[in-house]
Amino acid sequence: MHAGPIADSIVRIEGLTKRFGAITAVDGVDLEIQRGELFALLGGSGCGKTTLLRMLAGFEVPDNGRIVIDGQDMTGVPPHLRPVNMMFQSYALFPHMDVATNVGYGLRREGVKAPEIATRVAEALEQVKLANHAARRPAQLSGGQRQRVALARALVKRPKLLLLDEPLAALDRKLREGTRFELVRLQEQLGLTFVMVTHDQEEAMSMATRLAVMNTGRVAQVGTPHEIYERPASRFVADFIGIANILEADGGWLAVRPEKITLSANRLDAANTVAGKILDIAYEGDRSLYRIVTEGKGTLVVSTTNIDRTRPASFARGQGVWLGWSAEAGHRLSE
Amino acid sequence: MRYAIALPFLWLAVFFLLPFALVLAIALGTNAPDVAPPVELGFSFKNFALLFSDDLYVAAWLSSLRIAATSTLIALLLGYPMAYAIARARPEWRPLLLMLVVLPFWTSFLIRIYAWMGLLAKNGLIDQFLRWSGIADNPGSILGTEWAVHLGIVYAYLPFMVLPLYATLEKLDTSLLEAAADLGAKPLTAFLTITLPLSLPGIVAGCLLVFIPSIGEFVIPDLLGGTDTLMIGKVLWDEFFTNADWPLASAVAICLLILLVGPIALFQRQQARSLERRT
Repeated sequence: MHAGPIADSIVRIEGLTKRFGAITAVDGVDLEIQRGELFALLGGSGCGKTTLLRMLAGFEVPDNGRIVIDGQDMTGVPPHLRPVNMMFQSYALFPHMDVATNVGYGLRREGVKAPEIATRVAEALEQVKLANHAARRPAQLSGGQRQRVALARALVKRPKLLLLDEPLAALDRKLREGTRFELVRLQEQLGLTFVMVTHDQEEAMSMATRLAVMNTGRVAQVGTPHEIYERPASRFVADFIGIANILEADGGWLAVRPEKITLSANRLDAANTVAGKILDIAYEGDRSLYRIVTEGKGTLVVSTTNIDRTRPASFARGQGVWLGWSAEAGHRLSE
Repeated sequence: MRYAIALPFLWLAVFFLLPFALVLAIALGTNAPDVAPPVELGFSFKNFALLFSDDLYVAAWLSSLRIAATSTLIALLLGYPMAYAIARARPEWRPLLLMLVVLPFWTSFLIRIYAWMGLLAKNGLIDQFLRWSGIADNPGSILGTEWAVHLGIVYAYLPFMVLPLYATLEKLDTSLLEAAADLGAKPLTAFLTITLPLSLPGIVAGCLLVFIPSIGEFVIPDLLGGTDTLMIGKVLWDEFFTNADWPLASAVAICLLILLVGPIALFQRQQARSLERRT
């Protein structure tokens, strides 16, 4: 679609470091985010993802390194002058203003004329399906509606970069899934660049075009969800995303995902086979997870998809089974 | 146990309603200097009528309102930055800073006002400093002017301004200010559009807590003010103790009470509303 990787880049982060006292929250991060991407920063609490986002917004000042947004060095640029907008985890809606006033706040700061503000606010509320809630106060809205007001308030400014801090964390599970698709749809429709912080790997995997897995202030791996899952760079990434069986092979490490292993009562015709005994079965409805003690390969996790509704469980706890996987099933880890 | 609930009402009846009835009865009577107490009970509104017809009382009223209003404004302008700074200070510093605000209460109010007399008097510390530093050659006494009265009121009631302001500012979610900045608001704009309106309950509470007691203030204008400082509390005192006109003094007291009912009711409504909002 676009010409080259350099022309595509909207955010360039170079050697970014932030220390809070003795703690280094972000430790020499280099990242490049492309225009039109939905980029996720994924990691556990304290991994530095939120600090990184707050540095993009300008709320935290880096100790080292710099951020370039759309060719403009952001060093020393205060938050109110940055071409980015943020959707806060708490939404941070102004409680003393109604929905339309909240959404129009940023446009008034720009000095946009009142009639244009009215049109653009109406348009933004239309986009998040809140057109008939314009006169409500935030306190009169549900959690999901508040989230959409926060989204509209940030979108209406047409930022070069929209930052989302745990956008779905405050919603209940059912609503979260619907909202996921809604966010992706809006991002594609508006052609904006989203940078999203999340601790939820499922969320990051299902929404992001690319993601950075972060660990103790550093980027452990950057890639598409597929790359991160199928070709994890390190044991940390393999372990953090989904379930991984880490096997020793030729003096290195091999990550094999549970669904890549076939389970059978008889010896299999595969590149790798091992015998074992079922230790535990976790029935999850759509799939079942087996923990199997093998002869020589330690305890492995294997999953089977429960395709047939009427067929009873094929394996029982304590049963002896054979495990098999192909030569390409495992991914060699570099560290 | 079930009578315990009547206790507050009993308290109010004995210490508020009964005295109020007495004062009202005296206000409706006439001055009788030859008897003790110097009142002849009756039912006449002439004392009240006098309050409205005599320029002295009206002027005292207006000047009380003016002094209370300007003092409240000064206290707000001083108290807001103080409360803001305390609310934004590091959490471990806040209790200490708040204690410093209320520390003056540990000394008697009267003694502190006397201390100000010493400071403000001719050849007092402030006078000496002004002359020594060359800021003013012959500043004269600040004591005995309306300036001193303002200073005394602001000094005495500033904590009542700072504390409610601190309470609202401390609760203010700082992510709202970040959101404002993120949406393009300069720090001053963010303050005017977010902090200020959201601290309005504290502003109203603080202003009323300073304004209400200032209007009827007697000690400060009496000790720091001059003969030309006219305040209704001082007029009341003069009528009662100097002129020994109990009925007129009582009428002044009742008018004062009635006129303060408005602001007090406003204060309580405001408190009830902010309590409602919190739940």
